[in-house]
Amino acid sequence: MITLYDFELSGNCYKLRLLMSILRLRYDIIPVDFFPGRQHKSDWFLKLNPFGQLPVLKDDDLVLSDSGAILAYLAKKYDETGQWFPNDPAITAEILRWHAIADDITSTASAARLALGFDYDFDVPKAQAGAHRIFRLMDEHLWFGEREGRDWLCTPPHPTTADIACFPYVMLSEEGGIGRQDYPALRRWSDRVRRIPGFTIMSGIFPAGRALEQA
Amino acid sequence: MCHPTSPFPFRLSRSNLTTMTTPDTLTLNSWQVIAATDEIPVGSITRTTLLDTPLALTRDRDGVPVVWRCTDEEPGDEIDPETILDRLPVTTGYGFVWTSLGTPPKELFSITEYAEPDRVNMSCGSIGIHVSAPRAVENFLDMGHFPYVHTDILGAEPHTEVKEYDVEVSEERDEVLATRCRFFQPRAALSATDGMEVEYVYRVPHPYCSVLYKSSPEAPERRDVIAIFLQPVSEDRCRAHLLQSMIDSTSTITELRRFQQTIFGQDKPILENQYPKRLPLDPRSETPIRADKSAIAYRRWLSQKGVTYGVIPAAG
Ligand SMILES: [Fe+2]
Repeated sequence: MITLYDFELSGNCYKLRLLMSILRLRYDIIPVDFFPGRQHKSDWFLKLNPFGQLPVLKDDDLVLSDSGAILAYLAKKYDETGQWFPNDPAITAEILRWHAIADDITSTASAARLALGFDYDFDVPKAQAGAHRIFRLMDEHLWFGEREGRDWLCTPPHPTTADIACFPYVMLSEEGGIGRQDYPALRRWSDRVRRIPGFTIMSGIFPAGRALEQA
Repeated sequence: MCHPTSPFPFRLSRSNLTTMTTPDTLTLNSWQVIAATDEIPVGSITRTTLLDTPLALTRDRDGVPVVWRCTDEEPGDEIDPETILDRLPVTTGYGFVWTSLGTPPKELFSITEYAEPDRVNMSCGSIGIHVSAPRAVENFLDMGHFPYVHTDILGAEPHTEVKEYDVEVSEERDEVLATRCRFFQPRAALSATDGMEVEYVYRVPHPYCSVLYKSSPEAPERRDVIAIFLQPVSEDRCRAHLLQSMIDSTSTITELRRFQQTIFGQDKPILENQYPKRLPLDPRSETPIRADKSAIAYRRWLSQKGVTYGVIPAAG
């Protein structure tokens, strides 16, 4: 029995909803009022995760936190194809590297979004510049990948949890005032992610092929 | 750092000046929303911006909000509200704090349902959006986007038609009123179990505020109230303060907030992609879609009232 402690507008929570939708896993949601209620700093939540961060996932008696760690757990435990988090040591390292970059996207693109939308006291120009630097590198990596016939962030010919981990805060970047018009390969990759069978949306992210995205 | 207004002619570039106009008299003298009352710390400072003006706010020991023009205060600074002598006018209403940079009227517009004892009243958060306040009001009035933006919640294909409805400007109450708005909704509220045709009434009782009444799935003879109060931060930015006043005896506040935030989170990118960010009032400047009767009335009302902040006024 899987339970997700979840905030709808959180990209980190959405990473888990997205992978569980792709893997067709059933789970319950316990909504956490991150904003404006700040329940992730409340006593009951700190007992689940002393670091006071969403998401938290419970699988029977096991309590897990950190979106990247939970993505790895769900893939290793429930993905029968073994594709989303392959066992190969070199590929594992490659995926974990992108999970770390996903955290850098959170601390830049997501920080800018929290500052502009949710009144957080972060340095917006610095966060925006940091996100552009990462997007530029991702765009280059993906552009060369396309020329070599690689569609995804990592080497395998299919998506992995690396793609799931990096996707949400790339897609929500405009809410932080970070445009993606200069990153065509990044935009093509995000379209491919949205066409993965079992893909699901979150508030602020529309399905592939909408007018808004083509604009 | 909080930027005091004094050095601004030297500090701002020309391009900044073009987006920073003096607010019109009506806007200056109106009540403007700035925060959810509960979220203002007691005894320490938080800050916000209203009409390009940095404000500092706190609450005293009795919980009463105190608002003043910010100078060098930092958020989190401790403050004894007694020491603040040069205060802006303050009123509270519907769970929010309202202030004014001019001389506001005695009372705020009324939402009588809010006081009904069995209602669940809550703020669903104050969310910054990169668009003008009037653009956000206009989007709130538009039913045409429901099936495409709030798919499977507030609308679904093939039920895309906006049926005929009535719009008037109430002379007596000085507000825009749209009635008999009907729309098929797969999940009209958290308390809804089935799709239903929902009847809406929209009011615009303030240039930057709109109140929506919709039949309550739990008590069909009564109406849920959802309001959006926009804080005009600058001409092209605002904060949306979301109010729900619901008939719902089963859901938690967290669940009700989540429902409304899900909807608003879908509107946000649509709003932020609107161009220009200010609302054009010239009837010829944008071709309004057929459903936009209420938008046309709203734009005309703003023109007649002389609102210029956050809009592109009609020529001549
Ligand atoms: Fe909407």
